[in-house]
Amino acid sequence: MAKIEINVRVNGVEHRAEVEPRLLLVHFLRESLRLTGTHIGCDTSHCGACTVVIDGRAVKSCTMFAAQVDGREILTVEGLERDGKLHPLQEGFFQEHGLQCGYCTPGMLMTGYAFLNGNTAPTEDEIRHAISGNLCRCTGYVNIVKAYQYAAARLREGGV
Amino acid sequence: MKEMNDAIFEPERYELFAAPRYLFEMDRREFFKSLGGGLVIALIIKDSIAQESGGGRAGRPQAPQEISAWLRIAKDNTVTVYTGKVEFGQNIRTSLAQAVSDELRTPMSNIQLVMGDTDLTPFDVGTFGSLTTPVMSEQLRKASAAAREFLIDLAVEAMKADRASFTVADGKIIHTAANRSLTFGHLIGDQMITKAIATNVATTPADRWTVAGRSAPKVDGRAFVTGKHKYTSDLKLEGMLYGKVLRPPALGATLATCDVKEAQSASGVTVVRDGDFIGVAATAPHTAERALALIRAEWKLTPQPSRKEIFDYLKKHPAKSMEGRRPAEPFKKGNLEEGLAAADKKLEASYTINYIAHVPLEPRAALAHWQGDKLTVWTATQRPFGVRSEIAQAFRIPDSQVRVIVPDTGSGYGGKHTGETAIEAARLARAAGKPVKLVWTREEEFTWAYFRPAGVIDIASGVSRDGMITAWEFHNYNAGASAIRPLYDITNQKIEFHASDSPLRQGSYRALAATANHFAREMHIDELSRALGLDPLEFRYRNLKDARLRAVLAAAAETFGWAKRKSSQGRGFGIAGGMEKGSYVAMCAEVAVSSGRVKVVRVTAAFECGAVVNPDGLKNQIEGSIVMGLGGALFEAIDFENGKILNPRLSRYRVPRFSDTPAIETVLVDRKDLPSSGAGETPIVALAPAVGSAIFDATGIRLRSLPMVPNGSVSSR
Repeated sequence: MAKIEINVRVNGVEHRAEVEPRLLLVHFLRESLRLTGTHIGCDTSHCGACTVVIDGRAVKSCTMFAAQVDGREILTVEGLERDGKLHPLQEGFFQEHGLQCGYCTPGMLMTGYAFLNGNTAPTEDEIRHAISGNLCRCTGYVNIVKAYQYAAARLREGGV
Repeated sequence: MKEMNDAIFEPERYELFAAPRYLFEMDRREFFKSLGGGLVIALIIKDSIAQESGGGRAGRPQAPQEISAWLRIAKDNTVTVYTGKVEFGQNIRTSLAQAVSDELRTPMSNIQLVMGDTDLTPFDVGTFGSLTTPVMSEQLRKASAAAREFLIDLAVEAMKADRASFTVADGKIIHTAANRSLTFGHLIGDQMITKAIATNVATTPADRWTVAGRSAPKVDGRAFVTGKHKYTSDLKLEGMLYGKVLRPPALGATLATCDVKEAQSASGVTVVRDGDFIGVAATAPHTAERALALIRAEWKLTPQPSRKEIFDYLKKHPAKSMEGRRPAEPFKKGNLEEGLAAADKKLEASYTINYIAHVPLEPRAALAHWQGDKLTVWTATQRPFGVRSEIAQAFRIPDSQVRVIVPDTGSGYGGKHTGETAIEAARLARAAGKPVKLVWTREEEFTWAYFRPAGVIDIASGVSRDGMITAWEFHNYNAGASAIRPLYDITNQKIEFHASDSPLRQGSYRALAATANHFAREMHIDELSRALGLDPLEFRYRNLKDARLRAVLAAAAETFGWAKRKSSQGRGFGIAGGMEKGSYVAMCAEVAVSSGRVKVVRVTAAFECGAVVNPDGLKNQIEGSIVMGLGGALFEAIDFENGKILNPRLSRYRVPRFSDTPAIETVLVDRKDLPSSGAGETPIVALAPAVGSAIFDATGIRLRSLPMVPNGSVSSR
């Protein structure tokens, strides 16, 4: 099968790669780039564990082919921390006990990153709506909302 | 521990059935020496309580000495705990470290846990049954307390001072009068000291805990929020291949013919056919998938019962084999006939429970690596030692040639007791001569794992006009016997569990059958109270002496505002409570029903599990139980027909999302005077009956089958 060349910026680093047309973006990130923080939970775009941010928008990376991200900019959970400093969302999940097994957490973080970029003063309803495409089986969601609120407050203060 | 004494009445807990056969060898001196010595405490459990408490292993020979855990304090002051328990998101890596930190009077940051590695940790029966906190945590406290006292002994000798003049704090032995302190590491120096201790060590009472009893952030939490933590599915070894297994078209199908030639000729692909097992290993996941598609297999199918007839089937088909299960003797008390004759009102009702799936967000995964005859498998299982035995049996090799390592896992809820993924990966790796990783798809997880049992519960009861229950007959078919007996004071009872021949593979699930039994019992109690025109809470109080259950009922009702509730058409309130695994729970629920659509608006939970170890961790477990419980209560059900799972994906099997989550209030009843019991499971048991009673309150419709509103609507049933 003919491979396709892509140039993509992931977490600030340029990557040039030859990919098979059918290679899913999530597999490209996990297997080719070894960025395994992006998880696979369902294969059918229902759980959100594979969510990454592409050009500022949250996207489930199991719904895209690697070939479709040519020329685009991707942020994964590994790119949230800057110079050893956690992003307010990461801090929020840690401080507010927003995770138990942690498997859904990267997807929750990336969904939250794109969401809070456009709205640093969300209502609880807006938060619930924003995260309704991401499944968590452990926490009961309550502390995930708190983690978002923690991050929103920090971002409003100009934490990052 | 109450549930252990009651175990005789709980013949079927749906935990593992096979007895652990392995007795751990004692001598670990060489291993610890290789780490550079230190003080090593091995905790001997003479009464073997940890091994027996999982249920269902009567007749197992007692080991002369069994070790529960090791604790090593090194020259650099670091403390390493070795335990066979595993971290699945319950945050026991944190709560166990809290216990050690407390007893050793040493900071959390000095402590690390080695968990679930069969080569490094002592034998452990598995992480289930809410036993980590009541058993393992207590044992680590004992080991830590013994270590602390021994370190004081060393200080007494080093400073030739009176023992009473020493205190221990911040990882140091302090002589206050002399204004001198010695670190643990300094006292140990280059020595290699091993101590075996028994279980009769005094530990710090809960009211004097300084680390436990308070919330602590997740140990290693940073690795999880940065994506650095490696789950089994994230691991990669040099030269590793990716595995795929050819699944039959239906459960119970057997292989008739199979042609693997085309798949075999694909480059870089290993094909394995061994009996009915067919699998491939290839250099990339999609290569493996393509190779699998080239295999031509024909399967022989056998007719099987389907969901539409399941409840009738379970009642009419008793289990053929009682292997590994205790015989189910009915529990009898008083005289049922007399009790019924004395009743002013009688009620008979049947409750049904569908099979449901665990849906852990990380599907089963394993990475297998053979080095000669020695096999190492990284896999996500709640029973590392049990799975080691399963693997050893499958390959006819001794347990000692298999090492199972469990990385902190993406949850399980009782669904990851078994080792099928590990065995499949190991079989492929054996043939390929290279490490093989196998990660199940969501569809495989939904089809080839196991389910929470379906069941039927029939209750016949009688009640007097003044609100006393006079008779209680309770038959549970297949759902399981956990928490089958009521805490209500009922003079005349007959309670029986009937094991059935289950068409689907069934096993553990968070709280096991306690959910089914509480659903039926508490819904029935609600029905009785309404038949008498009594407040459901008042009716419970009249029939209940148990102070701990009364206390959580009162706490939930108080916080919820039960007395002030105002029911109306479309707005209803329900209450339910119970006990399982030594923990007490009560919940109040408020539901809104509009055009038949049911929305759970608010849930208040009161929970008491003795002394609270980590309040935030506990709240998380309760909130998680409520949301997970909503799925089984309202809409989760495995649909199956003639051996095929009809809804093996998340688009067709709905689990609770943010939008389903009610407003949740939790009340922690902290009983520092009582030993801590586990809390990961019990909160789930009260949710369904509280919500079901609230739906009745709102609509007058009594829903006696779980899930109660599979299509989201009362009227569409």
